Amino acid sequence: MGKNIDINVNHITRVEGHGNIVVNVSDGTIEKCEWQVPEAPRFFESMIRGRHYSEVARITSRICGICSIGHTLASCKATEDALGIELTEQSWKLRRILKHAETFDSHVVHLLFLVAPDLLGVKSVFPLLPTHPETVKQALRLKNFGHVVGSLLAGRTTHPTRPVPGGFSSYPTLDEVKAARERLENEVVKDWDAIVQTLASVAGQIPTFDRPTEYMALHDSVEYGLYDGCIQTVMPDGSKQQWPLDDYLSVTNEFVVPTSTAKHTRNKLPSYMAGALARFNNNYDQLRPEAKAIAQTLGLQPQCHNPYMNNVAQVVEIVHSLHTVKEGLDDLIANGIEDQPLAKPTRFDSEGFGAVEVPRGILFHNYQYDKEGFCTGGNCIIPTNQNHGNIQFDFDKLVPEMLNKDMTQDEMRLHLEMLVRAYDPCISCSTHYLDVEFKE
Amino acid sequence: MSKAKVAFFDFASCEGCQIELTNLGEEVFLGLLDHLEIVEFREAMSEKTTDPIDIAFIEGSFTRESDRARLQSIRARANTVVTYGACACTGGINALKNHQSDYLINVYGKDAMSPQLDSQKALPISAAIKVDYQVHGCPVSMKEFVYIVSHLLHGKEPVILDQSVCAECKKRETVCRYTQGDHCMGMVARGGCGAPCPADGVPCEACRGLMPDANEKALVKVLQEKAGLAKEWAETKSRMYTANLRSDK
Repeated sequence: MGKNIDINVNHITRVEGHGNIVVNVSDGTIEKCEWQVPEAPRFFESMIRGRHYSEVARITSRICGICSIGHTLASCKATEDALGIELTEQSWKLRRILKHAETFDSHVVHLLFLVAPDLLGVKSVFPLLPTHPETVKQALRLKNFGHVVGSLLAGRTTHPTRPVPGGFSSYPTLDEVKAARERLENEVVKDWDAIVQTLASVAGQIPTFDRPTEYMALHDSVEYGLYDGCIQTVMPDGSKQQWPLDDYLSVTNEFVVPTSTAKHTRNKLPSYMAGALARFNNNYDQLRPEAKAIAQTLGLQPQCHNPYMNNVAQVVEIVHSLHTVKEGLDDLIANGIEDQPLAKPTRFDSEGFGAVEVPRGILFHNYQYDKEGFCTGGNCIIPTNQNHGNIQFDFDKLVPEMLNKDMTQDEMRLHLEMLVRAYDPCISCSTHYLDVEFKE
Repeated sequence: MSKAKVAFFDFASCEGCQIELTNLGEEVFLGLLDHLEIVEFREAMSEKTTDPIDIAFIEGSFTRESDRARLQSIRARANTVVTYGACACTGGINALKNHQSDYLINVYGKDAMSPQLDSQKALPISAAIKVDYQVHGCPVSMKEFVYIVSHLLHGKEPVILDQSVCAECKKRETVCRYTQGDHCMGMVARGGCGAPCPADGVPCEACRGLMPDANEKALVKVLQEKAGLAKEWAETKSRMYTANLRSDK
């Protein structure tokens, strides 16, 4: 008599948005093994039609409250590309710091509030208040620092006000920048060092699992690409290939599946992975030495094919981004911040492409504008929707492996939930991309 | 005194208002937890409950008939229902699609009729169930959230002034967007946010909805005459967050 398993997680908790895990095993035979996305679709791509270029980023930032800085930046970049708007050096510098602040902020929330409870054997952060009060306070302070630096440059971190096509509508004062820099030195570094010790002590809880896939990320020739770059993938054998941004449809190849309101994507293999591990595998050489040192301490090296290790790659990126923010704030203090007017459009009736790395992976925005500067259509491809197919293929390999190891239903359920969480899915975003040129 | 049992629920939204809660900072966040017990919060915890709840916080718009039963079940076991964020209070930015007939085809092409893509008009939560209090904004104002919650915990009635964003700009001495050659909806927009957008150099989009008795016609006229917007833009502009509140819907 074979094993019977009935897992029905509806909806998975501690992720952003709604996803279901359904696994049925009857007499040892897998009858169903599905990653489902039932999130309510929201149709942003349709809603931006007829909107002035100055309004588009304000609308599309509302795709996601967690990565709304990334959406704003990708949107501004696509609009600037379309309308021939050239950013100043200062705007480029500020946006780059902002991108690192968002990565720091989001990774801290995901790791310390959503993933850590699994590693510490509890169901949420709240039972940790009496047992690990200092760790919770450190986590809250780190989260707040990410918010403070993000707000300094973006006005606020949820649906930012200041980054707009052409640059920034307003700037922080030097006193505000200096205060953040001091806080980083006096408080953040200490809190982070303590948290890393805690994380290192539970890193052994991360499951071992191996499924080589294709990893997609931005690649920038000068630095570990978050704000800028071309599309790059690395295959399981380590070979890399690059594409220009305006080729994004040919590498994402969206298609609709019946179990999901979010489309799936594929490139050279049946699925690919985006996110921290994909960036790590693509751009390891460009990480700061401090970040490489943490990777070594926590046992992560390229090429890593264990999706659970995406969480360790996030720890590495927190270190990289924290040091980049520190360097950026020092630069602002040394060189000052000039109150610059917005750069203006030089053309209309055109199309543009923008991409950034949001915490969960590569994000594409693409718009068309008419001769008056009103949007006639667009497309956004969000990282989580690029990861859905990869999660499904991970399930397909992991479930038989767990059955062979004779794991209990509860153990299997936890491992599947942890796998989904490892991707840091942002499901509510992933369902409202648009696709103007529908692929057959 | 025992802690109030509170739960958080989400519908069609970006979940940004939930993330704003984590931005409260150590002191306020931990302070709130001294007075309330969170019994369900899918984004932050795995625990769920079917017990009665003192306060249910609901984020997101009501966009699918299939969500009505879940909302009714929340209402049935909650003593007080508070909607938070523009999506839940007014339908929010999701309601922009209410003016389009082709949004399904535009986004999903030949698959538009797939049953899992079912979506009706984006409506406020109050279209499905009775709502007791609203915390407006996109994102929600955390100061207002804490104000309303602390009043409810003390059994007091929170008082929210009917004040426009324009009035709040004047208070903080923000230079008017119209004098900068820009446009703005501050004169008809519901205040309470402290007018952060104009202070940051961008116009108010009325994310908190409209003032009672807002003069929409005058707004469209001002947008045309003072900001120089073409008639069509002036009309669609004033709809960005207010699709469900306007007389021309």
